[in-house]
Amino acid sequence: MAQVLMKDLNKKYDEVHAVKDVNLHVRDKEFIVLVGPSGCGKSTTLRMVAGLEEITAGEITIGDRVVNDLPPKDRDIAMVFQNYALYPHMTVYDNMAFGLKMRKFPKAEIAKRVGDAAEILGIQELLRRKPRQLSGGQRQRVAVGRAIVRHPQVFLFDEPLSNLDAKLRVQMRVELKRLHDRLETTAIYVTHDQVEAMTLGDRVVVMKDGWIQQVGEPLELYSKPANRFVAGFIGSPAMNFMDVAVTDAGGALWVESNGLRVKVPPVHAGRLGAYRGQHVTLGIRPEDLRVATGADSGDYAFDTVVDVVEPLGSEILLDLKAGDHALVARVEPTVRVKEHEQLRLALQPERLHFFDLKTELSI
Amino acid sequence: MIGSPRARRTATLLVCYGIVGAFMVFFLFPPYWMALTSLKTNQEIESLEGIPLIIQQGATLKHYRDLFTKTDFLVYLKNSVLVTVPTVLVSMVISVMAAYALSRLGFLGAGVIGTGVFLVYLVPDSLLFIPLFKVIGGLGLLNSKWSLLVVYPTAIVPFCTWLLIGYFASIPRELDEAALVDGANHFQMLVRIFLPVAVPGLIAATIFAFTVSWSGFLYPLAFIYSSSEQVLTAGTVTSLIKGDVYHWGGLMAGALLASLPPVLLYAFLMDYYISGLTAGSTKA
Repeated sequence: MAQVLMKDLNKKYDEVHAVKDVNLHVRDKEFIVLVGPSGCGKSTTLRMVAGLEEITAGEITIGDRVVNDLPPKDRDIAMVFQNYALYPHMTVYDNMAFGLKMRKFPKAEIAKRVGDAAEILGIQELLRRKPRQLSGGQRQRVAVGRAIVRHPQVFLFDEPLSNLDAKLRVQMRVELKRLHDRLETTAIYVTHDQVEAMTLGDRVVVMKDGWIQQVGEPLELYSKPANRFVAGFIGSPAMNFMDVAVTDAGGALWVESNGLRVKVPPVHAGRLGAYRGQHVTLGIRPEDLRVATGADSGDYAFDTVVDVVEPLGSEILLDLKAGDHALVARVEPTVRVKEHEQLRLALQPERLHFFDLKTELSI
Repeated sequence: MIGSPRARRTATLLVCYGIVGAFMVFFLFPPYWMALTSLKTNQEIESLEGIPLIIQQGATLKHYRDLFTKTDFLVYLKNSVLVTVPTVLVSMVISVMAAYALSRLGFLGAGVIGTGVFLVYLVPDSLLFIPLFKVIGGLGLLNSKWSLLVVYPTAIVPFCTWLLIGYFASIPRELDEAALVDGANHFQMLVRIFLPVAVPGLIAATIFAFTVSWSGFLYPLAFIYSSSEQVLTAGTVTSLIKGDVYHWGGLMAGALLASLPPVLLYAFLMDYYISGLTAGSTKA
């Protein structure tokens, strides 16, 4: 059990500055997820914590030890790799026991720990098999088992579920969460999948181009994204963005563009006042749109034309056109609309998001 | 001309078998000729009558008996084994360590050295044996079978290193990283992870090392002149060609026996080699 501190962490390859001034405090027992598109520096950050990449500048502390110059084996970490990285010539038992053998644990202790881990993961029947005789999900379990037998201070996961099919991924996700609740070991988890990030993480770190964009609890990232990138990255389908002008009419602020005119709700009016006469980016999540009824105020409703209807059973995704803007709405499965029909949508005024056009920061 | 798929398949197969058949005849004729001649009597070998492709005047084992009783064949055989076994061991140990270092330690100039190692292999024996003669002389190993233990690795190590670099490169890096995190040092990683995973590559390299060492002809011919130190290849030839008299029966018997160990090695290890290739290392 240990906290992990990253201070002004940087990684430069010859041409590429992969990780830029990362400062992060992973608390003891916390499950933290690094998420971002490929090339955002999340894996490099994790590998620096593991000791598999040299640190260009900055400092990493695990527990109360600075580990910058420690080899991986002395950092008291265990890692699960995307491709499992099981030793192909060893049985499942030997794969899991290898790290303990290297550390000269007594045989009885190894057998006990491997047995315990196998029981937790439900792979007791597989201990005599070789990796090639296992399915993808079983291999991933063995890879996790190899990590937990060591009782390390920190678990590092490098996209461990991305080689599994969708159904198995959901199942393993739940198991990993249960495992963390049981073991309470500090974990750093890297993924490009925002759903994994949101469901697994106590806190989520969103990265892009080597920079940390935002650190926060999953719902905080969802409801209060720090910038346009985080807003678009978290949530599926992604947030709709529109370039709108801020105008002043009848003593209230409005945002408008071709085909869209929405009153700025009082919660945002104060901050948006400074943008009067300028353009900002308006963000609306698909789930914050619904079909308007007669009771809806005209201030928070607008007309659209249905482009594509995607019925998913539990909900319907509508691809719509509002003037020049293309947007997606997520509506009740009972809504009956056809393509090319007119549809009036209402929005949740308190859930609108506004972003500065240049800095892309949340307003 | 378009026939039915079945007819076209038959025609394709016939062409394939025809080509394979032609190659088989081409490559199997020399061993057949060796076996045939070794079993013929001297009269029949020298006779200009009849069909040379079959034995007409009765088979004989005389050449084999003579080989074992009237020449130093067994001494040559012993020397060949004494040279080949340590040569293969030494060469493999050096090659494995060099290939691991060049492919994984990532030190400055590793790529250049890797290429350089292979270029060394391209220098032919027939040029090298002249300067090597001086080297062997300087080491005091002239006319000793141990001279071969010094010179053979110069040909084997570069090629095997190059071959193993390629093989090691195909081992996923995540495997080393997993071993590093698990607490293995470089030596443990090499012995416990790389070698078992690279068995097919090791076998290919071992076969190569064995073949070079077993079948080397020029070096023993150049460096060794006593019968008691000579190896099979040069020994069989030097003891069975006296002046301009060729003892064809004995030569062929000796050549046939000398070529058996490599054949057995290949036959035995090929299965292993192919089964090794199917082992999965990371993903499905």
